[in-house]
Amino acid sequence: GGRRARAAGGMVCYNFYVFNREGACLHYAEWERPKPVQDGAGTLEDDHKMMFGLTFSLKNFCTALDPTGSEKANLGAPIPIGTGCHFRSFKTNTYALNYLETPTGIKLILNTSKGTGSLQEAMWVIYRDIFCEFVVKNPLYTPGAPFESPQFTARLDQFVKSL
Amino acid sequence: MSAQPIYALYIINKSGGLMYQAEFAEEARKLTMNDHLRLAGTFYGLYAITSNVTPTKGTSTGLQVLETDGFRLQSYQSPTGIVFYLTGHPGRGNYDHLLKQIYQLYADYVLKNPFYELEQPIHCQQFDAALVKLLKEDLK
Repeated sequence: GGRRARAAGGMVCYNFYVFNREGACLHYAEWERPKPVQDGAGTLEDDHKMMFGLTFSLKNFCTALDPTGSEKANLGAPIPIGTGCHFRSFKTNTYALNYLETPTGIKLILNTSKGTGSLQEAMWVIYRDIFCEFVVKNPLYTPGAPFESPQFTARLDQFVKSL
Repeated sequence: MSAQPIYALYIINKSGGLMYQAEFAEEARKLTMNDHLRLAGTFYGLYAITSNVTPTKGTSTGLQVLETDGFRLQSYQSPTGIVFYLTGHPGRGNYDHLLKQIYQLYADYVLKNPFYELEQPIHCQQFDAALVKLLKEDLK
């Protein structure tokens, strides 16, 4: 039982987060988590905060270093939603974190095993074909609010297994 | 000609202080020394957090490869805890070999200098020259 996401290619998906622009976690999905939350951040809530904070800081860091950015490096100044450097992913020697921030400030994070190749396309598919289709287009859904949706979950599991 | 240059190299010590910083391409972002110091400290923190946030059992290194639209960053941590990180053009392939060579140069020009104090800022002309030779002309 339980949700496992081992793709045919051997890549493992660990977990998945959706945050809104304020940092509230809208959705969290977990397939495997060998290191339990208690050993890491402590509680799930702290874990969400850490994830959001990490990606927020990473984005600021990248925007400051980006050679293709605008001339004046304004360290510490808030970055308007939808602007700034688009960081896509990072890898350590044990996992990869794949990131997508939409122009509206919705942040998607997918932690996987290292594998090869970029998952940017896959992140866009998750946003466009799964999140937008099954959550945003739901007339009962308030944008920016946390959600749980069986169709979203089912489609996400199915997609992630196909990677 | 190199259309995919290396932009900059940073070396930080075990406490997160900036030991060395240099640019190798015109396109590299121009920042003040203060900015470099702050960013190095930020990177040190990010490196530590990414190591903690791992979902897998066992220890993880901090982030080793960072990919963005505008640049690619690769880092290397020496066995003694010194972190070297390079930024470069995103289209450029892996630069693991460059990081290894930089570490080699660090060992030769910086560590073997009897007057050099560990973890302190690096001021060594030969080190600068060797890095320029390695990183400005490396077209692979």
